[in-house]
Amino acid sequence: MDNKRRKFLKIAGASVLAGIGAPAVIKLTAATPALASGHGEAPAHAPAPDAHGGHAEEAPQGVRLGMVIDLRKMNENPEMLDSAIAACIAAHNIPEFPDKKNEVKWIWKAPFENVFTDHSASHSAAKVKNFPSVALCNHCDDPPCVRACPTQATYRLEKNGIVAMDFHRCIGCRFCMAACPYGARSFNWQDPRPYIKKYNKEFPSRMKGVVEKCNFCGERLALGQEPACVEACKGTGAIVFGDLNDAKSEIRAVLDKEFTIQRKPTLGTKPSVFYIV
Amino acid sequence: MYNKGTIIPGLILFVLFVTFPIWFNGLTTAGDLPKPELPPGGEKQCVMPADYMRANHMQLLNEWRDNVLRDGDREILEINGKKYPKGLQMACMTCHSQKEKFCDSCHTYAAVDPYCWDCHLTPNEAGSKEAMH
Repeated sequence: MDNKRRKFLKIAGASVLAGIGAPAVIKLTAATPALASGHGEAPAHAPAPDAHGGHAEEAPQGVRLGMVIDLRKMNENPEMLDSAIAACIAAHNIPEFPDKKNEVKWIWKAPFENVFTDHSASHSAAKVKNFPSVALCNHCDDPPCVRACPTQATYRLEKNGIVAMDFHRCIGCRFCMAACPYGARSFNWQDPRPYIKKYNKEFPSRMKGVVEKCNFCGERLALGQEPACVEACKGTGAIVFGDLNDAKSEIRAVLDKEFTIQRKPTLGTKPSVFYIV
Repeated sequence: MYNKGTIIPGLILFVLFVTFPIWFNGLTTAGDLPKPELPPGGEKQCVMPADYMRANHMQLLNEWRDNVLRDGDREILEINGKKYPKGLQMACMTCHSQKEKFCDSCHTYAAVDPYCWDCHLTPNEAGSKEAMH
């Protein structure tokens, strides 16, 4: 009897020790290969260490469409901005609700201090104070709206950097509107159709309960046309559109020459829309 | 047979009642197969054979949607010299311009209610507010 108990306790003790010790042993032996594979993958995913958080940083590769808006030129010719907004409204069947709280905005006017909240507006020049700046979806490199969307109705096209929407899939939860730091998304609180002044028969309207925003005129780009707002300002250079990753593009020439700012660069969303103030 | 007078009329009534869908469809027009009106422009060709379109147009539309929106593939299909940009409004409804007489005829018959036209404009609707092009 005693003998049996002694044997049992020995085996139990050894098992407990083995159980406690095994994970540590496995960790030690497996440590080297795990680390090695980690090193192999890291550069492919993570950005270069010096590119951390900076706002002059660019997408790793491929086409990245962007826009430079020259607010000086917009300032000189206020009708131009109105025509750009009108062109967008006409191209995308955007409803114009009489009540401002229902407003649907793709590209819109807003006061300078509302558009550039990061920039101090105290003692700003009267022309800055009085002239409305222009805002639109920034087509961020790291779009918070895409992360917030539970149905992947909004997503970033790897092909050209456009943050696009699939209206078919939008469930109207408005998480993206909460996530977007630029207020670039609007919700259709009611049926938009009665408030669309003129239909473009090549573009759909939206329905009640769907979020919408600027799509960088993806449908026009496919036909080799410029975005509607860019076309409306043609010849003035007030809006320059192009590939930010193409060193020879017009937009890069402008960016190299002028001092440009982005909206809320500190948030790290890496906007593709630049402004000359 | 006992109660012949009630059982036989009862049986007849029962049979009439059970076969109601059959004779009702035969007597009325409720069961007639829908006849969708072909394109008013007289187009004979589609992006796929008619049989395929009849059975699978919804899958094709979903495919086009994903091509255009998700993959950014807006390549214009060209079949026998005619160009079809992927899209319900841009391809389908340019020929089948009468949604009410084409699409609805089968959809009503099959009691399906696709939500395409919640957003997409039929040529009639687009025309109601002075179209751009």
